[in-house]
Amino acid sequence: MTNVSIQNLTKVYPGADTPALDRLSLEIASGELTALLGPSGCGKTTTMKMIAGLLDPTSGDVRFNDRSILREKPESRGVVMVFQNYLLFPYMSVADNVGFGLKMRKVDPDEIKRRVGEMLDLVKLPDLGDRKPSALSGGQQQRVALARALIVEPEVLLLDEPLSNLDAHLRFEMRDLIRTLQQEMGITTIFVTHDQEEAVVLADRVALILDGQMKQYDQADAFYKRPIDEATARFFGGHNFIPGTSQDGKFASALGPLGLPDGAMTGAGKLTFRPENVCIGHTRGDQNNLTATLDDIIYLGTQTRLKIRIGDTAVEAVVNPNDVESYSIGDQVPIHLPVGTLWVIS
Amino acid sequence: MINQDGVWTRWFRYLTCLVLVVWLIMPLIPLAIWSFARGWFFPDILPRQWTMQAWEYALSETAGVLDSLWLTIGISLSATALSILVGVPAGRALGMYKFKGKEVVELMILAPTIVPGIAVVLGIHSVFISLGLTNTVQGVILVHLIPTLPYMTLVMAGIFSNYDPAFEAQARSLGASPLKTFWYVTLPAIMPGIIVGGLFAFLVSWSQYILTLMIGGGRVVTLPLLLFNFATSGRNDITGAIGMIYILPGIFILLLTAKQLSGRSGAVGGFGRI
Repeated sequence: MTNVSIQNLTKVYPGADTPALDRLSLEIASGELTALLGPSGCGKTTTMKMIAGLLDPTSGDVRFNDRSILREKPESRGVVMVFQNYLLFPYMSVADNVGFGLKMRKVDPDEIKRRVGEMLDLVKLPDLGDRKPSALSGGQQQRVALARALIVEPEVLLLDEPLSNLDAHLRFEMRDLIRTLQQEMGITTIFVTHDQEEAVVLADRVALILDGQMKQYDQADAFYKRPIDEATARFFGGHNFIPGTSQDGKFASALGPLGLPDGAMTGAGKLTFRPENVCIGHTRGDQNNLTATLDDIIYLGTQTRLKIRIGDTAVEAVVNPNDVESYSIGDQVPIHLPVGTLWVIS
Repeated sequence: MINQDGVWTRWFRYLTCLVLVVWLIMPLIPLAIWSFARGWFFPDILPRQWTMQAWEYALSETAGVLDSLWLTIGISLSATALSILVGVPAGRALGMYKFKGKEVVELMILAPTIVPGIAVVLGIHSVFISLGLTNTVQGVILVHLIPTLPYMTLVMAGIFSNYDPAFEAQARSLGASPLKTFWYVTLPAIMPGIIVGGLFAFLVSWSQYILTLMIGGGRVVTLPLLLFNFATSGRNDITGAIGMIYILPGIFILLLTAKQLSGRSGAVGGFGRI
């Protein structure tokens, strides 16, 4: 069991003005599955390569169980990285690919054969050992790459965009496989992705990195309920940001006074709430009930997006299509903003 | 595969085959006939008398053909091995990295294929004299690198420009040392290039005349030198026999590497630069 401590990890590429990664600090508990989330070029792959030993950091430290690994060679760090394009060795059979790490560790050939068989069973590819990687589908190649990494029982597993090359129907299958194997083997796992959905469905905890700086490191739901700032909220699909002042558990703004949950910051800031948390067509309790004008109704199939106006303030809402069937553009509707879904950012 | 080509395409294919045979095989036929002839004069289509004399002489101790054959094989194999040792890393640098003055380096590497060998060797001769490398086999091997290295390097540059170094990172991450990474991951990927480049290096070294003559100073007698001696002395029969021996390694190597030479391997891609 290995916990990973990343301390002020910084990378400045030669000739670059701004660091690709600026003082990233993360504490990852043993056996946890953590996502490094961010748009392309935000420094997340740089972070992975520095942990894997494929790139030297400019400053900072990476520790496994309080042992600094930066001076260790990539092959002796106890880290295995699975690349986005799988990188199966094309001239080796699937079984040789999976057994590669054990062969490098001079494990007995019979033992390798046995463990490769077990591993291929585990990733549900029991009969494909003799094939060449080029004869496999993308999903199968992904599973071979995962088997090849897990067979050496690494202390830390790094996954580069593990789901992004897969078809939609394969993603959930792969997600379940990765989670099951990772939990069973208790391997501390870090993966990078640009896709917030991928991060949310797979990870225990998510670290959002924007422009080389970590914005927020928290459980997935916190990014929806308690974003740290507007950029973070926007990255997760937040739309509504209303300026005003927070005081004594109330938020004063153009919408009138609104009740806030405990723990919301005080002082001047912006009120934010997610479009899908706006309740349309009814009021509830005695606070946070408002009247809005429907400016536009956009039918999206499984949901309907509404552009509404409260006084002069434009707000977006996402609702179940059934809830707004009886409304048309221009109608005045009652809305409710549940206290627990509001949040204030600076 | 179903042959759906039109009549003209097929005829064109036969025609190119014919041209190839006429160009490559036909010139060798008189050479073969000469090696078994006792005199062959106009207007005879074939020699009147056949004999094994030329072959007996060529394979005898006194002619020194066999010694020369082994020496030439040794020199060419050494030049090939050195070309591989230098050409693989050089090709990797040219194929994979961008650096200042890359165009100049490429031009310098190509230069020996453009500049006549005799011009180069006159300059090198004086350098080799001061280094004590003239009249030695080592000197001849070294000077053969001048024409062999461009071929090796360019083939490897072509290979490496299509090569993804992430495979090496992946191998390291899976626990392979740098040496094992090269052996198990890099080498299999670039093997077609090494085979094709090595083949060219061997054949280029095999056919060197001027460079061997100048640096070897007549002491290092390779097959081309021997062949030239007999050809200029008018012994067409012995020239024919030695000529037949001379082309054997080339044919042998070509047969061994025919698969790699077909366009599919990508190993010949580097020649786009010549």
